[in-house]
Amino acid sequence: MFGSLCANGNLTSLALEFSPLVEQSAPNAVAFDAAGLTRLFGLPQDIAAAIARRAAELQFKANIALAANPDAALCAARGFAGTSIVPQGDEAKFLARLPLKLLAPSPELQDTLERWGIRRFQDLAALPELGIAERLGPEGLKLRRLARGEVERKLRPIDAPERFEETFESEYPVELLEPLLFVLARLLNGLTLRLATRALATDELRLRLALENRALHQRTLRLPVPSVDTKAFLKLLQLDLSAHPPPAPIVEVWLGMNPVKPRAAQTGLFIPAAPEPIELEITLARIRAIVGHDRAGWPEVLDTHRPDAFKMRARSAASPRPLTPGPWPLRLFRPPRPARVALVSGQPGFVAAEGIRGKVLDLAGPWRTSGDWWTADPWSRDEWDIALSDGALYRIYCEPRGWFVEGSYD
Amino acid sequence: MPAAVLKKQFASFLPLDWQDRPAPELARTGLPEVDATTGGLPRGCLTEIFGPASSGRTSLLCAILREAAARAEECALVDAEDAFDPVRASQAGVRLDRLLWVRCDHNAEHALKAADLLLQGGGFGLVAMDLGDTPAARRISLASWFRLRRAVEHTPTVLLMLARQSNAKTCASLMLECARREAEWCGKPSGRLLRGIRVEIARRKPGRAGAMNVRFPLR
Repeated sequence: MFGSLCANGNLTSLALEFSPLVEQSAPNAVAFDAAGLTRLFGLPQDIAAAIARRAAELQFKANIALAANPDAALCAARGFAGTSIVPQGDEAKFLARLPLKLLAPSPELQDTLERWGIRRFQDLAALPELGIAERLGPEGLKLRRLARGEVERKLRPIDAPERFEETFESEYPVELLEPLLFVLARLLNGLTLRLATRALATDELRLRLALENRALHQRTLRLPVPSVDTKAFLKLLQLDLSAHPPPAPIVEVWLGMNPVKPRAAQTGLFIPAAPEPIELEITLARIRAIVGHDRAGWPEVLDTHRPDAFKMRARSAASPRPLTPGPWPLRLFRPPRPARVALVSGQPGFVAAEGIRGKVLDLAGPWRTSGDWWTADPWSRDEWDIALSDGALYRIYCEPRGWFVEGSYD
Repeated sequence: MPAAVLKKQFASFLPLDWQDRPAPELARTGLPEVDATTGGLPRGCLTEIFGPASSGRTSLLCAILREAAARAEECALVDAEDAFDPVRASQAGVRLDRLLWVRCDHNAEHALKAADLLLQGGGFGLVAMDLGDTPAARRISLASWFRLRRAVEHTPTVLLMLARQSNAKTCASLMLECARREAEWCGKPSGRLLRGIRVEIARRKPGRAGAMNVRFPLR
């Protein structure tokens, strides 16, 4: 048995709720396989009533038809308002009064049929098959079979949008990471297998843990490149959950993956080797577990004159290169070391800070720099380059909070 | 028993090339003076750069990072002292998009672990560990240096260690000692300017010691 829906609205999603095999026959009509629905709903009238109820819930009115073949169901749904149940074996009789325009014949054939006075299904269905074949050819024969409701064919189902999600409900709350990893490994294996069989990969893992205290613990891992490496995913989830453990025992695990096309890239023979992206992600996760999440990454200089203005990026991103190389960098003290400075004639004469102590032998400065005075966080300072008696060269500065050693020239 | 006698006795049993280790491939430092003396930094080996403050260690490191990035190699800097200056390094020509920076917040142990993980992960052209003036650098055991040396062996990675004093001892294949010579000042007392620093970089190992003078401009 086949069903058909005709209306303006999201018919595909409605049909997919009742059948996995749905054909988008026209922009405003779908046909679907309703073979197994009798076991769920009973008689064809009950099936049609269930579909109508769901359509009403989705707030659109659809013509519903059920028939032994998809084309009869489609013709009935297009031609009759409301619900139509086409009796098996009596399709021609049921569809008899429908106009031939429903079958969308070619303009030439329609002209011919008009001239012959053939305007309804019953008129065409009554004509002899041999005569139609001689005068109208294969298209005429096909129209006649459609008008008689005799066309048997298979559906051309649409690819339903697949969801790569898995859920596991635990019988008892999971408190330790190790048993949770067993569950995650099972879910990951299933999901990556489904992805791999469809020649897909994923670039995002979404983990949602339902906790015993009814809270949700959600984590999202974005991968640098699409992959289906289950071991790498499991390691990344392990490291992430170790760094961000859920606050209560877990009763349900939900894992979702974002399906994307796998990466297709060929490296050149003469291009230097680079870290494998997923391996690097695992290495970074391990390092971040040691040094802190925001302390490992790729630095990016901010567009400001404020000293030491940069941010750490989780991934490498192209940065502008200077046209001409500038001066060699300082070796910074982070945070800048507070200093005691003795002034001689208004200039630093002696400097003492943590690990630094000496008489100023030579100096250059001061240079006043300032910025962000138009914001709530302005800055200004006077800078000196000094050579101390310990033999080293330093950059020191004075700001309203006092004197600081910014770093050494090294 | 002398080594020469042992060699003579066992040479017939051992493969012909049992003691012939292939010379490591050398990577340029970006400083012609240093390259002329050392030939470059050996890949798959540990190179140690040491010297006091203002001896040009950081500038030499930046030159090496700049050169490695120019070869399109991925670099990693494990910064035990959090002393790297990305703003000025970028101005000096270091490609920040090719530089993974690990800030260890004055923890030498974290720096060792991070460097080990990076070497185990592989794929980097250069892994530099900047221990700077960290006092804990002296307490790092020789076994840790040996582990790092083993990790980098047979890889195309240059492992670089920077500190105040030599720590890796026999584990280092190349040792470069930096010493400050003089600071270049210019201008009148009212408008003086620190133009640059002159340093001496001396090769302490392997083979014959050699020294070269290098100038790093600061303006």
